[in-house]
Amino acid sequence: MTPLWIGILVGAAGCYVLKLAGLSVPKSVLERPRLLRIAGLLPVVLLSALVAVQTFSIGSELMIDARAAGLAVAGIAVWRRWPFLVVVALAAITTALVRMWVPGS
Amino acid sequence: MGVSVATGAYGISFGAISLAGGLDFWQTMALSLLMFTGGSQFGLIGVVAGGGAPLAGAATAIMLGARNALYSLSLAELLRVRGWRRLLTAQLVIDESTAMSLGRDSERAARLGFYSTGIGVFVLWNLGTAIGLLGASWLAEPRVLGLDAAAPAAFLALLAPRLRGREAWAVALAAAMVALIAVPFVPVGFPVLIAALVGVVAGLLPVRPSTSAPERTESAEEESR
Repeated sequence: MTPLWIGILVGAAGCYVLKLAGLSVPKSVLERPRLLRIAGLLPVVLLSALVAVQTFSIGSELMIDARAAGLAVAGIAVWRRWPFLVVVALAAITTALVRMWVPGS
Repeated sequence: MGVSVATGAYGISFGAISLAGGLDFWQTMALSLLMFTGGSQFGLIGVVAGGGAPLAGAATAIMLGARNALYSLSLAELLRVRGWRRLLTAQLVIDESTAMSLGRDSERAARLGFYSTGIGVFVLWNLGTAIGLLGASWLAEPRVLGLDAAAPAAFLALLAPRLRGREAWAVALAAAMVALIAVPFVPVGFPVLIAALVGVVAGLLPVRPSTSAPERTESAEEESR
């Protein structure tokens, strides 16, 4: 099995166990506010970090290129509450257009 | 029903982005069928597409899936499922099914909302993924089409509804900074995991009552500076 398949299956198993855990553990877990707070904050920090890393880096190198323009347009679309697919498509189109104007960006 | 259709469209972009990120047809379908939680799936392909270790991608996906444990925790009382039913029901615990079970008049309506949305989204999400995969397979060069900007845009769209209040904004910005600072120094995929620590630290800090009057004056002063 390739490492990628292992990552996919491990990730899927982990996500499933988390879904199942909530249905199976005693209610008293709900009385641990710090645990609940951390679980609530994790999506915020992870998504924010993913946005930053995927927009401003390639591999181990920081850089600002056409993707930043795409993200800026996506930001406006998200703020205007446009549909998900529109947000994603606008980001891709903007990035592609900037690359046409500025080769190598 | 509207929710499921919207998710199908979202599934199309997942299929296309996953293929552009280097996963093949069955790897992407395995994610939609087995992992079945959008944020985590995007998280995994995001890390792997950047050249990160697949297990770092899995760790990111699992942490993003932690919220599903909170959902199932709050749904346990309502659903009261045991045995094989619990094993199947667990897979349907996602953002959409949880949201559609809340605020219903009766328990019956809440359960119906959960199962109809969960099953509807499962079918259309997987259908959407397959369509996105087949549609994108003839696309030549992902970078020319700007598809490398599609993933961060997707993350931004997932993040936005969670940015309620000053604390969420502060934590999100801190995490983004920490991740970027880490980029040159740690292997690909790990900056995101390091940023997760920001969430853990912020969660352990004492909660400041955000509605109290002194706090408000203080923040007003900060903003006017």
